[in-house]
Amino acid sequence: MHRKEDARFIRGRGTYVDDVRLPGMLHGAVLRSPHAHARIVSVDVSAAEAHPKVRAVITGQTLAGLNLAWMPTLSNDVQAVLATDKVRFQGQEVAFVVAEDRYAARDALELIEVEYEPLDAVVDARTALAPGAPLIRDDLEGKADNHIFDWEAGDRDRTAAIFEEAEVTVAQDMLYPRVHPAPLETCGAVADFDKVTGKLTVWCPTQAPHAHRTLYAMVAGLPEHKIRVISPDIGGGFGGKVGIYPGYVCAIVGSIVTGRPVKWMEDRSENLMSTAFARDYHMRGEVAATRDGRVRAIRVKVLADHGAFNGTAQPTKFPAGFFHVFTGSYDLESAHCEVSGVYTNKAPGGVAYACSFRVTEAVYLVERMMDVLAAELGVDPAELRMRNLLRPDQFPYTSPTGWEYDSGDYPKALRLAMDMAGYDKLRAEQAGKRARGELMGIGVSFFTEAVGAGPRKHMDILGLGMADGAELRVHPTGKAVLRVSCQSQGQGHETTFAQIVGHELGIPADDVEVVHGDTDQTPFGLGTYGSRSTPVSGAAAAIVARKVRDRAKLVAAAMLEASPDDLEWGDGRWSVVGDPSSGRSLAEIALAAHSNLELPEGVEGHLDAVTVYNPPNLTYPFGAYICAVDVDPGTGQVKVRRFVAVDDCGVRINPTIVEGQIHGGLADGIGMALMQVMAFDEDGNHLGASFMDYLLPTSMECPSWELGETVSPSPFHPIGAKGVGESATVGSPAAVVNAVVDALAPYGVRHADMPLTPANVWRTVNGDPFRTDLAIP
Amino acid sequence: MRITVTVNGQPHTRDVEPRLLLVHFLRDELGLTGTHWGCDTSNCGVCTVHLDGVPVKSCTVLAVMADGHEVTTVEGLERDGELDVVQRGFVECHGLQCGFCTPGMLLTARWLLDRRPDPDEAEIREAISGQLCRCTGYENIVRSIRWAAEAQS
Repeated sequence: MHRKEDARFIRGRGTYVDDVRLPGMLHGAVLRSPHAHARIVSVDVSAAEAHPKVRAVITGQTLAGLNLAWMPTLSNDVQAVLATDKVRFQGQEVAFVVAEDRYAARDALELIEVEYEPLDAVVDARTALAPGAPLIRDDLEGKADNHIFDWEAGDRDRTAAIFEEAEVTVAQDMLYPRVHPAPLETCGAVADFDKVTGKLTVWCPTQAPHAHRTLYAMVAGLPEHKIRVISPDIGGGFGGKVGIYPGYVCAIVGSIVTGRPVKWMEDRSENLMSTAFARDYHMRGEVAATRDGRVRAIRVKVLADHGAFNGTAQPTKFPAGFFHVFTGSYDLESAHCEVSGVYTNKAPGGVAYACSFRVTEAVYLVERMMDVLAAELGVDPAELRMRNLLRPDQFPYTSPTGWEYDSGDYPKALRLAMDMAGYDKLRAEQAGKRARGELMGIGVSFFTEAVGAGPRKHMDILGLGMADGAELRVHPTGKAVLRVSCQSQGQGHETTFAQIVGHELGIPADDVEVVHGDTDQTPFGLGTYGSRSTPVSGAAAAIVARKVRDRAKLVAAAMLEASPDDLEWGDGRWSVVGDPSSGRSLAEIALAAHSNLELPEGVEGHLDAVTVYNPPNLTYPFGAYICAVDVDPGTGQVKVRRFVAVDDCGVRINPTIVEGQIHGGLADGIGMALMQVMAFDEDGNHLGASFMDYLLPTSMECPSWELGETVSPSPFHPIGAKGVGESATVGSPAAVVNAVVDALAPYGVRHADMPLTPANVWRTVNGDPFRTDLAIP
Repeated sequence: MRITVTVNGQPHTRDVEPRLLLVHFLRDELGLTGTHWGCDTSNCGVCTVHLDGVPVKSCTVLAVMADGHEVTTVEGLERDGELDVVQRGFVECHGLQCGFCTPGMLLTARWLLDRRPDPDEAEIREAISGQLCRCTGYENIVRSIRWAAEAQS
């Protein structure tokens, strides 16, 4: 079916946050730090305040007076809203101007005088813990270094023992560079505090409106029932719109101070410089294997660069997210990982950009290591994977680090991808090209995702369990309204959730209106990220529809003067067993439920239900990707010629939408592997803070994607569906990098770090690769 | 400065600062919020509109430069309640997700089909190469424009 959302978007009738206009609305703008690390000596806002169109100037001191200069992050750290003592990354928020229009607000920023005393910056995470490294977080009581956390998973001793006796071991250092999700719509907010009612309304493109509401209540001390967060149409999120940014708090304070609505919209450079980055994992992977290519154990050490404030968005007990799914799709004896987080003078973030809580990093690590091992053993990378993939009869499978994979037929998916790609022919073509001195590479990536966070017992965000509610109301004429806590940013929830309910109730999906994004109207839940909508809210939608169906059964029994036990559901109707002609459709039952029909004791009438879904486990979609590239040896230019992607996300609610999700994620993979990086110079200047330097793939860099599918339903999910939104972003970068490294094999290249820009490929071939995240080697 | 810009066939006269960008004139002055703003370096193309029939990035045009000229925005694609065939193509082929790049893509698609009624994939990809999309991976946008080309022939 066509998407319900499209009708407004193709007409320019969506309502994104910057489209919101309220009477008397003012405009805010943020003054940002030009330094990566500097003490603030003084802030003089007198000239800005004197600007005829300026209505308020807010500084860190203003906020300190309200106890709002700092706010909690999603990792139980604190982040400066407006800097009071010093600035800790370039682009950090220092002051906020509220003016009559957006141009005047920007003008006034230039009238603010800030005196800084520059400090040495920590730019390279590898030096953050060195003795004498500049101390970034002197605001934290007793903090004497830049260390954030150490975390480990798996069996250290057993893994070490296997490595000691293993026939073959390989090791490889690799960097997953700092990138940014860069949704086309930046972040922003319209805050409207009504002094009369005491009600605060915040329009904001947040992926988690209910969590925002609760946090605003906790941070600002406002009563939660007087806060309404409205997440309107969102121009892409990709994890960049999960957390609370200082601009939101400033807009709220601006509205409280001026008594008028305040809009704040960041521009692109602000978005890239200050909102959640992704990745920035320095990883050392090791694999122990037998000579004939059985992978026995994997060991990983990670240095995680978290920037100046630990703002990483992930469940509380998981400081490195779900990185410990790094054993991937393979049957290992043991595994162990250690992750250390450090502060640097960069913007906070880490978990964003379709990473499923660090699964991007985990999959990249294992899929690169499989190729490193394949090269060591002289085995074809696809063959090596085939030898080690989990077998279908092993599911549910408990991994060495404790994940319980739900279902899968991995060999089938890999074989399908190889058939679609014509793998053997591609290899033959490659051999021919190599003989002629041409560079062609083939990359394989087989990934297992872990999405749908998650079981409330283990997973919470700042104490809020990761369960999601759903409410379903059927109107007297049989039309339904579903209210959910997830929040689409383009993933098509208004369509697919209507399909789920329509399917369960036997009514057309067009008869189901999906309401999301308004905390006054929707049940509590944690929102959309980590591909959790289908696993959690999708399950809630199915279950609440089944509850309604069960209630409808009681009403139908009254209508038919039969016992509910004698009724059966089929063809969208409740009917007496063996008598289909007695059937009553949901619309007929809905009207009766609202009528003067006499109902049995305990049946209240009307037709509605609520539910909260607490998932028993994550879902584990998987995929087999094969990429073919040509590399120009003279220039280092990589051309992605083909990309075959077989995805298995269990039952597909809407195949067209699933394919669109995969297409978008594959483009992410091209972008990360070949183009995107947030680089810094030694002073901490951000060198990728605009689309001039932070390159995103266009229609010219993307090939025509070739998709295939297998279906391994999730056994515990009410409709057997798994998440899929992030699969392609998770799975595809390794396929592209593996292909490029494969192309460069004649030069003895075994690894090269992303992004594989022409310059980096050229230098790699010439034995002089550079650190892609730093402008300095 | 006092300017008159004809937008979607309708003349609008306003007093504006010379520095006002056309994208903000359309959005803030006229309330035509289908035209979006996605970057500050003229790369992303979500602000694309037609200026005298030619696609321009309206973040890189001053409103005063449009004085006396004709602008078409996404709101002007639908005529007499009939969707433009490119709008239908994007719906048919799932050429949009979050919808933020869509208005600009539609206007470039319209321009392309006006000039080349039967573009091949390479021509379509080149035509939209000044416009970023973060959701679709471009595949279905290409298909949408091909669908529109076939539907209007």
